[in-house]
This record gives sequence, C-alpha cells and structure tokens, in this order.
Amino acid sequence: MIHARGLARTFEGRGRGKAQEEVKAVAGVDIDLAEGEIVGFLGPNGAGKTTTLRMLTTLLKPTAGSATVAGFDVATQSQQVRRSIGYVSQSGSTSPEARAGEEVVDHGMLYGISQKQAESRGRELFEQLDLEGLWERKPQAMSGGQRRRLDTAMGLVHDPTLVFLDEPTTGLDPQARANLWTHISDLRTRRGATIFLTTHYLDEADALCDRILVIDHGSIVASDTPDALKRQVAGDLVSLVVADASKAAAAAELLGRIADTEVEVTGAQAGAAVSARVRGAGHEVAGLIRGLDAAGIDLESIEVRRPTLDDVFLDLTGRSLREQGA
Amino acid sequence: MFWRETYIVFRRQLRMALRNPAWVIIGLVQPILYLCLFGPLLEPLAGTLGAENAYTLFVPGLLVQLGLFGALFAGFGLIAEWRAGVIEAERVTPASRTALLLGRILRDVLQLFVQGLVLIGLAFLFGLTGSLPGMALGLVLTVLLGAACAAASNALALTTKSEDVMAPVINSVALPVLLLSGILLPMTIGPQWLQVVSDFMPTKYIVNAIRELFTGDFWTITTMWGVLWTLVLFAAGLWVGTRTFRRENA
Ligand SMILES: Nc1ncnc2c1ncn2[C@@H]1O[C@H](COP(=O)(O)OP(=O)(O)OP(=O)(O)O)[C@@H](O)[C@H]1O
Ligand SMILES: [Mg+2]
Repeated sequence: MIHARGLARTFEGRGRGKAQEEVKAVAGVDIDLAEGEIVGFLGPNGAGKTTTLRMLTTLLKPTAGSATVAGFDVATQSQQVRRSIGYVSQSGSTSPEARAGEEVVDHGMLYGISQKQAESRGRELFEQLDLEGLWERKPQAMSGGQRRRLDTAMGLVHDPTLVFLDEPTTGLDPQARANLWTHISDLRTRRGATIFLTTHYLDEADALCDRILVIDHGSIVASDTPDALKRQVAGDLVSLVVADASKAAAAAELLGRIADTEVEVTGAQAGAAVSARVRGAGHEVAGLIRGLDAAGIDLESIEVRRPTLDDVFLDLTGRSLREQGA
Repeated sequence: MFWRETYIVFRRQLRMALRNPAWVIIGLVQPILYLCLFGPLLEPLAGTLGAENAYTLFVPGLLVQLGLFGALFAGFGLIAEWRAGVIEAERVTPASRTALLLGRILRDVLQLFVQGLVLIGLAFLFGLTGSLPGMALGLVLTVLLGAACAAASNALALTTKSEDVMAPVINSVALPVLLLSGILLPMTIGPQWLQVVSDFMPTKYIVNAIRELFTGDFWTITTMWGVLWTLVLFAAGLWVGTRTFRRENA
C-alpha cells in the first residue's frame, strides 16, 4: 500500500543574514507497508515523523526520493492518493467555533460522499469514539481529549482503507486510549484497512502494531516486529538492591556469573543497586538467590524486568522515551 | 464536482458567519453609519462638486469602499482557520484547491452584495435618485472588485500566515487606495499633481464608472475604463488566489 524510496525533506532555515541554516527533517527513508498491516512509526520529538506523514499524504513535496501510496505516485497523482487515504493530523482539524458534527459531515462530503452517508457514518463514529451528545458542541467547548477524538472521527468519516494517524492518542486518558486501540484494530479486521500511525507510547506500538519503524534524526534506525526488536536487547534486566553496601561487590560477582552484560553497581551507601541483563532470567534467578543466600548477602529487593521497547529505543538512539510515555 | 465542493466550503463559511451575531450586525451597521453620519456632511457640498444629487455622488464611493475594505480583511479569518488545522484538513481531501478558495470568496461576495443592497436601498430614503439598471450594474462591479480583493487577501494570508505581517501590508495598500480613488470626494476638486497621482489608481476609474452608471450613462469612455479595470483586477485577484491555493505546501 505504501512504498517510499529515499524520501527526504529539507526545510530552508529562516536564519538571519548569511546563517541560512538547513533543517534536514527527513533524510531519505524507505518505507513499505503491505495491505492490512498496522505499522507504528516511533521516534522522539523532531525525529521527522510528521514530516514523513505529510509527504506521504501529499501535503508536502519531498525534496528528494519518491513514494507511491495506494498505488499512486504522491508527486504526480496527488489527486488519486488523496482519494484513497484518510489522515488525522497531529495538530487538529476543526474550527473552534464550528459545530463538531457539521465539521465531520462537511469533511466527509469533500471526499465526495453524500450528506446522508457522511452524517450516518459520523454519528456512528461519535458513538464508537465516546463522543455521544457532542454532535452540536463547538470544539472550543470540548476537552482536549474529546477534540483529539473528534480529529480521529474527521479522518475516518469517509471510510478510507488506508489511514494515516499522527499521534492519535496524545492527550487521551488510559481508557479512551484503549478504546481507540480497539477501534483501530477493528478497522483492520472489519474493513481490511491498512494503518500507519505515529506514537511516542511504546506500549501502544507494542499492543497495536504488527511492525514498528523507529526514526531518529530523519533516518529509520530500525524496522521489525515488536517482539523481534525486543529480542535484540540482550536479555531481561535483573536488579538487586543489597541491604549491606559492603557486600555489593560479592553480589556483583555472583550476578556476573549468569549475566550476559557487564554488571552495573550504583549507590555505595546502604541499599547499593546491582544490575545486569540476563538471558532467560526466569530460569537463572532461582539459582542466583540460593547463591546469594549461601554467601550471606541480604537483599532489600530483587526485580526482573523483561525488555521493553523503551530499552530497544535507548539501545538504538541513545535516548530514552520513557519520560514521554509508557 | 467542482461546484459541489465550492458549495460545501461556501455553506460552511456562511453558516459559521451567520451564527456570529457580531459579523451580521457590524456588516449591516457599517453602511448605515456611513450614510447617516457622513451623508449629511456632503449634502451642502453637492453643488460645488458639480453633482445634482449628493447621494448619487456619494453612494458609489461608499460601495467601492465597502468592497475594498470588507474584502481586504477577509484573509484574517483564513489565518485563524489555518492555525486550527482546517486548511490542512481540507487540503488532504481530493477537493479542488480552487474550490476551497472560491467557497470562501463567495461568502465575502454575498456579504458585500447584501451590504450594497442595504446601502442603496437606504440611500433612496435619503434622496438618492438615478438609474436603477445603472445601480444594479454598479453593484455588480463592486462585487467583482470585492471578489478580487478577497482572493488577494486570502492569498496573502496563506503566504504570510501571520496577522502581524498582514495587517501593515493591507493598511499600507488600503490607505493610499482610499485617498487616491476619489472615494469620498471626487479627485477633480484636487490640485493638478494629486489628480495625476490618482490617475495611476485603477480603483479611481471604477468609482468614476459607478458614478456615471448611477446617473444612467452607460456608454461613456469612463464606464468602459471602469468596467475594464474591474475585469482586470478580478482576473488578477483570482489568478493570484488560485495560484497560491494550488501551490503545494502553501
Ligand atoms: N515547516 C517547517 N520549517 C522548518 N523546519 C521544520 C518545519 N516542520 C518541521 N521542521 C523541523 O523538522 C524536524 C522534524 O519535524 P517533525 O514535525 O517531522 O517531527 P516529529 O517526529 O513529528 O516530532 P514530534 O514528535 O514532536 O511530533 C524538526 O527538527 C522540526 O523542527
Ligand atoms: Mg509530529
């Protein structure tokens, strides 16, 4: 459904004087989506997610590279591309003073569907997205999360089979988020839709997507299934907190015997933490505890954490996404 | 398809405008205020200006002023819409880019048309006399001029995307146009140099043409020039507008 080769976009910096700085927002990406796939597009702020989506949805001309979307070239057949897709932008799509329902209907009609059709599909979406009773409401009198769901309804009113969602769950409460996930997977199972969505939330990508593309500084740094990406990280994280800091070295030695990575020791005072990654920690950790016990090392706590996409992300980009989500 | 899309955009704009009482009231009060507060000042001057009827002289100027000013500021609404993401949402649909512009212009044109009707209708109460078909034609010229200004204003809005840039640009265009077009007083009463400068104002010819049309002179050189300039401005405005709206990444 989507094939992009070397897609790139550079923005002319509006630097003063001679400092005409160029911003390489997207530095040549290859993207392939098969029909019926749900693919997550992950990356920190400013990585180039929105810019890529705007190129694929014909809103922005690429400075280099090419892309076909739903079989049409984004540069030369933009009209056909637009007819085949739905797009939920990151930054809203309705006038604050308009009425929500009318915005949705008008938007659907611009895609060529009849007023009746747009209205019935719009009301159906309002119901599914928990916007019941807000049909007549002005967006300026809606909560942030309600407005976000209204944007989603706008992008879906014409029943597109290829949907681009730019951070659809930003600002949603956990329940609304889970509800939207269900809705998105239903689009695939019920309507056979293909979905390309950006997110900062690793749990979201993990729960929803068949495949994940990780973008950083305008380049794709990883593309795989969530599980395969997680397997790239060497093992589960085993962290011990040792009650008596003087025994931290001994604990580190014992952990080192089963660890697949260097053992890290932090905090020299009471409650020193010792951690390392261990493949198949569930199997190894019982022996470790027995060993620690035999050596007379008391633990305040022990934690075994399976690798998350956050760890993958940290591995790939040297930056964590944790503070933004998950 | 194209007209359907234009209609969808137009209907949306009109619906939002009509729900805004300020828009409706200010739109209607504007011509009334001009007529009531400025008309009486001109009445005693009519003779000196070479007109039999002060309102036949005055109303055409007011029409052009309404057309210029109302429409030149139309772009500000577009910036607000752009900021809310509406423009991008519309541009991602297959709708014609020209329709997105035309639907908006049509609303401004309708507003202008209604204002013009109110103005002319009210002026009759004040003593306007003249040729009805001429007035109708004058109103048509006004509306075409307004459409050109609205298109240009929308194009400027989409290019600058900033009220702070747009306001000074529009003011610096509108003020000389207002002063040099003989909108309130005919340029013929001014000194020679002022008349020469005003010869470069297309809108002067339009005001003059509408004045002649109001008195019933259809086939004069003055009206021909006015009609010509109106059509030229109309074509130029629409060309700039559609070009801007079609441009990718606008
Ligand atoms: N119109 C523009 N002009 C100049 N630079 C831009 C423009 N749009 C985006 N950029 C720059 O391009 C880079 C990529 O931006 P983009 O919006 O694609 O990031 P993103 O991955 O969507 O980030 P976020 O998670 O914050 O939404 C950023 O450095 C941004 O500052
Ligand atoms: Mg973004």
